[in-house]
Amino acid sequence: MATLIKNAKIADDSWQRLERGTDGRLPTIPAAGDIIVPLMLWQAAASVLLARRSGRLGVCLDGAEDPAQVADSLEAFSLIAVNFSHFTDGRGYSTARLLRERYRWKGELRAIGDVQRDQLFYLSRCGFDAFLLNDGIDAPQGDLLRGAQAALSAFGDFTEAYQTSVERPLPLFRRRYLEPPDGMEWS
Amino acid sequence: MYQYDQADQRLVDERVVQFRDQTRRFLAGELSEDNFRPVRLQNGLYIQRLAPMLRVAIPYGLLGSRQLRALAYIACQWDRGYAHFSTRQNIQFNWPKLEDVPDILAHLASVQMHAIQTSGNCIRNTTTDQFAGIAPDEVVDPLAWCELIRQWSTLHPEFAFLPRKFKIAVSGAAQDRAAVQVHDIGIQAQRDASGETGFRVLVGGGLGRTPIIGTMIREFLPWPHLLTYLDAILRVYNRHGRRDNKYKARIKILVRELTPEVFRAQVNAEWAHLRDGPATLTAAEVDRITRRFTRPQYQNLDALSVQYTQGLARDRGFANWAARNVHAHKVPGYAAVTLSLKKTGVPPGDATAEQMDAVADLADRYSFGELRVSHEQNLILADVRQSDLRALWQEAKALGLATPNIGLITNIIACPGGDFCSLANAKSIPVAEAIQRRFDDLDYQHDIGELDLNISGCMNSCGHHHVGHIGILGVDKQGAEFYQISIGGAQGNAASLGKVIGPSFAQDEVPDVIEELIATYLARRDSEAERFIDVVRRIGLEPFKAQVYGNADQKREDRRRQLAAA
Repeated sequence: MATLIKNAKIADDSWQRLERGTDGRLPTIPAAGDIIVPLMLWQAAASVLLARRSGRLGVCLDGAEDPAQVADSLEAFSLIAVNFSHFTDGRGYSTARLLRERYRWKGELRAIGDVQRDQLFYLSRCGFDAFLLNDGIDAPQGDLLRGAQAALSAFGDFTEAYQTSVERPLPLFRRRYLEPPDGMEWS
Repeated sequence: MYQYDQADQRLVDERVVQFRDQTRRFLAGELSEDNFRPVRLQNGLYIQRLAPMLRVAIPYGLLGSRQLRALAYIACQWDRGYAHFSTRQNIQFNWPKLEDVPDILAHLASVQMHAIQTSGNCIRNTTTDQFAGIAPDEVVDPLAWCELIRQWSTLHPEFAFLPRKFKIAVSGAAQDRAAVQVHDIGIQAQRDASGETGFRVLVGGGLGRTPIIGTMIREFLPWPHLLTYLDAILRVYNRHGRRDNKYKARIKILVRELTPEVFRAQVNAEWAHLRDGPATLTAAEVDRITRRFTRPQYQNLDALSVQYTQGLARDRGFANWAARNVHAHKVPGYAAVTLSLKKTGVPPGDATAEQMDAVADLADRYSFGELRVSHEQNLILADVRQSDLRALWQEAKALGLATPNIGLITNIIACPGGDFCSLANAKSIPVAEAIQRRFDDLDYQHDIGELDLNISGCMNSCGHHHVGHIGILGVDKQGAEFYQISIGGAQGNAASLGKVIGPSFAQDEVPDVIEELIATYLARRDSEAERFIDVVRRIGLEPFKAQVYGNADQKREDRRRQLAAA
């Protein structure tokens, strides 16, 4: 079970993720429905995927996969997912920034896999706007909805940030010369 | 001292709130041990052998007296009345309770301090020259650049989960006192012919189990590009550094496996996209940061105080201390002073709360209320009038902080070792103490002259044994604690890595071995001017090995004969 957070709200999920089998075999392609396919399937069967009669298409990049590989075919996708095999594998943060900042991906960018509440703030700054919480483990008294609702507060963990990011393209030192945020005076 | 503005303060305050909630969830069973671990590590909280250990950041080693008093208060209130200054210019508390840590962090935040990124696989505390801003050989004052790097690296959203920890050091002087060659990134600030500041950038240096001297990948990076270039290096590392084996995950392995040329090309390719982007520094920002540092209001003094020179002539104890623990200052009539935390019998780098409070008072009275922590685990009062040195010496002596051993064999760098650390193979503190006792005689120490002796309790090399003139490494031999000894390491401009002299020794043999090494040196040196390290470089390891192991064989033989006779 995983709860979807989208644009900082709990949301319903219409997407089905297709994964390679444990034997490495590529999954079969359903005729309809919104599907997220592994990059390898896209590379092997783009024409089949594009010829489907109904349903939207998303692609999933693993940590080791270079977003440059989908940079020329972004218009084929309605969603790009980045998979975190473990939340301490930080490659997906760079993947997200590259997709947003270099390849100008404007659609849904979804973090999937081992996505935890305590990473939501950094993930969102790197350009993710959807998060499939791996919330089976730490839900309070096993209550997933309560856990997910509590997790929403993580987007507000910090109100300021020094660096440039997708969320705030100008670093703090450049924004200082613009409007200060509410109730704060710049030095 | 850098003075926080509201944004700086808000961030550390919000970190306290965040960590308080994470701790609450962990204690309530709503955050598993596995998920809590990386989160607490990024707040400097380890679970150690005996209790949690909290590492507090002292950015680039600069500390105000008010902050030192807060650390002393924390040591009394939530710990056992002392703390340990580390080789990363940080401070560690060994006995806090997990549930108290949020309160400790809140107290730290009230004096503009934090524990952010003092551990974990992220960008750690940036370190620099303990004489930054005052050294006569300084070309560029590194402090503002260090603060810019601190801000850039603090809560950086992209680089919180790197393959491994990441350490940056900055030096701005002719003599490198920041060990820039053995850091993940070493930054040497320089000036070009027109006087503009730029940086020579080294990558892939490091100690640990694979010690490597860093490679220069940028000869002169003009200052506006500092942060975009760092972003480029970190992004290449974050994406391509090895994650399959934590012993091969540091950037030095990536640089070596790719070759420095390929690594440089990848960084340049990445930088081409980031260069001149919004993270490009502006003169206004560098000025703003520079102006947020309080700087001492120096008096106009004579270059050499008469009172000082008279004191030196009259008092041998004072002269001995001044020779080792007083350092040149770029402002006439001032000097920097090292308060030694290396008194024999006290674990290297440890200070009691009473000492911390007393040092804070000394800093207020003698050094504009500021001090520094050196990577050699001592405290520095950086701006003392020469005419005050004698009075300061007397006070420091009464506090047990005037051991005149800076640069000498008993100024041992040592990690906490097996007494505290769960990673260690062997203890460090008793070995340091045994060596200090063996060489306690000051005249003998002065005769031996400059010698860096560094001890690490395990391959993680927190005690920097690779760059000690003599390095001692704790190893595990079938469950027993043994010590491998290397010689020929050095830090600074002529950095080098020590070479192991041979099979390791039991703990009680170590002082004898050190004595043999010293005896070899004393017998072979050309003059008193030739230091231990110089002799090792000139004659190589063999004569030292012959003395140590030749004698060891002899001793074993003697023992066998004695036993046979008995």
